Amino acid sequence: MRRETPQRLADYGPLFFPAMMLVVFFVVPFATMIAVSFFQRQQGGFYVPAFELSNYQRFISLFFANVLGFSLMLAIAVAICCVVLAIPFTYLLTRMARKVQIIWLVALLSVLSLSEVIIGFAWSTLFSRTAGITNLLVMAGLMSEAKALLPSFGAVLTGMVYQAFPYTVLVLYPALVRLDPTLTEAARTLGASPIKAFFTVVVPALRNTITATLIMVFIFALGSYLLPQLLGRPQHWTLSVLITDQAIYQSNMPFAAAMAVFLVLVTLGLVALTVMAGRKGEAA
Amino acid sequence: MTDFLKHNIGRRAVLGAGLAGVSMLAMPSILRAQDKSLKVGVYGGYFKDSFDKNIFPEFTKATGIAIEAVAEPTGEAWLVQLEQAAKAGQAPADVSMMSQVSMLKGQATDLWAPLDVSKIKNASNLIDRFVNKYPDGRIAGIGAVSWYITLVTNTDVYKEAPTSWGAFWDPANVDKLGLLALVSNSFLLEVTAKTFFGGTNALDTEEGIEKAFTKLAEVKPNVRLWYRDEAQFEQALKSGEIPMGQYYHDVTGLAAADGNPVRSTFPKEGGIQDSGCWALSRASQKVEEAHIFIDYMSQPSIQAVLSRKVGTSPTVKRELTDLTDAEFAAVSSDIEPIIPRYDLYQTKSDWLNQKWTELIVG
Repeated sequence: MRRETPQRLADYGPLFFPAMMLVVFFVVPFATMIAVSFFQRQQGGFYVPAFELSNYQRFISLFFANVLGFSLMLAIAVAICCVVLAIPFTYLLTRMARKVQIIWLVALLSVLSLSEVIIGFAWSTLFSRTAGITNLLVMAGLMSEAKALLPSFGAVLTGMVYQAFPYTVLVLYPALVRLDPTLTEAARTLGASPIKAFFTVVVPALRNTITATLIMVFIFALGSYLLPQLLGRPQHWTLSVLITDQAIYQSNMPFAAAMAVFLVLVTLGLVALTVMAGRKGEAA
Repeated sequence: MTDFLKHNIGRRAVLGAGLAGVSMLAMPSILRAQDKSLKVGVYGGYFKDSFDKNIFPEFTKATGIAIEAVAEPTGEAWLVQLEQAAKAGQAPADVSMMSQVSMLKGQATDLWAPLDVSKIKNASNLIDRFVNKYPDGRIAGIGAVSWYITLVTNTDVYKEAPTSWGAFWDPANVDKLGLLALVSNSFLLEVTAKTFFGGTNALDTEEGIEKAFTKLAEVKPNVRLWYRDEAQFEQALKSGEIPMGQYYHDVTGLAAADGNPVRSTFPKEGGIQDSGCWALSRASQKVEEAHIFIDYMSQPSIQAVLSRKVGTSPTVKRELTDLTDAEFAAVSSDIEPIIPRYDLYQTKSDWLNQKWTELIVG
């Protein structure tokens, strides 16, 4: 089939529907949010249209800087953990028999069907003192008494990595399947150990995929607000938790919107930096 | 051609309107039925289900007024909807059950139609604090239901019931408490003021509130969970994972009745009593019916039914009801309660929220 450049307006027809959806479900809500972030909060009421910067002013403080910093740090940690775990896992998976691969992929997909609430409650039971995994260690004689592993940063990180891991594998899987096996074979015949071949050939060949995966998991993790509440202490609450508090419990839409806009801007900035750094690396 | 089209549409519209008008006149029963009905807003879920089942059918039987129950969302979303509708002269519900903070916020915009107590004979049964008044004395709302938040413990871990909210501050209870996560639903500032500073009047000034915050900060090392989700704490309390905290008195009683090792204690400083009011939107045309409804709901016998079936504490004086000691104890207590300082959550809400978040997150 020959592809022609669109000549008439009608040729753009198929684009109208997705474009309209994008406008209705993304551009309009996002623009509304930006507008509301400048509105005036009425304490003890709701809000009135206005143009003022006080919502942003309130956000610019050491307290919120710390919360924002923690949220970004948590999302980066989740992204790195997921990618570090998923690359070897997916690499080994692609080397397995077709049937085994299918079973693994179905199992991973079924994790995606679990809601954040179920994942949160399941991990909070697993990490509890009364019914958690430490009881097994006590039975095995490895620990003297059962203890609670939550609330803690480790518990939050575990829950979020568990939630994001299937996505990571699914994004990495096509790239790793398509990776030419002769590349590693060549490395092996030239005398590299399997581990050395993996790090000097497979990982560099996947650099762009890895960057893209890191960004995807990072953004996915940044929006999480339930797991930090269920598994962490208040100092592990992300900015999303505070946004929810303002929007739902304080009816302070303008401030919630300002925080959300700020979060989006910082995220876009970080993603842009990552992409630019990747380009530079390629050019060198 | 265009003329013909216009004409045609106009004729159809006239015909349509005429037909609608004739059918309305032909069926006056619809109009009459509409006169004898009332739209009542109740919190969706458990409350609405219980009211639909136990209260509204009896009311209709007794008065001939049909009730259309409207499920209202919790939080302040309903207040906002009522306000905006009232500005347009509409009332999505005539009478609504409103939280105390929402009552105050509605007062600020004159949203609530003043109630005429001479038409509500049973209002004299109410405990005084359940009559919600405008600053100038007009009556904005009448207490609908109330409930208690108390000191709850796991009986396996605590053999002896604690007697004071002071237990939260006991260094022996490190990492053992589950408390509500928001300043406006945990009411811990009031608890602190009552327990250590002689009463909630200590919160009148900002210095007083700062002092309460400082005292409350001492509780932080003892808190394992700041919860927004009730199921999360309830489950942890039953298993003994988090053996102490604040929770709803009636729900804890039900859990104990099911054989779970939990108990609810009214501390000597009193339980926290929160409540909801019936309030009438100023846009409502059903003023007569609304008064009949509120009067009906304020009867001691109906309040007793609510206590038995819904688990709420009566808003009328105890001696007027026929509740047995056991039935009364299941939902309430004679110990003077801690009444939340709702006015603070209206006038200082952003400041309190900021201080609170910094306290628990920082």
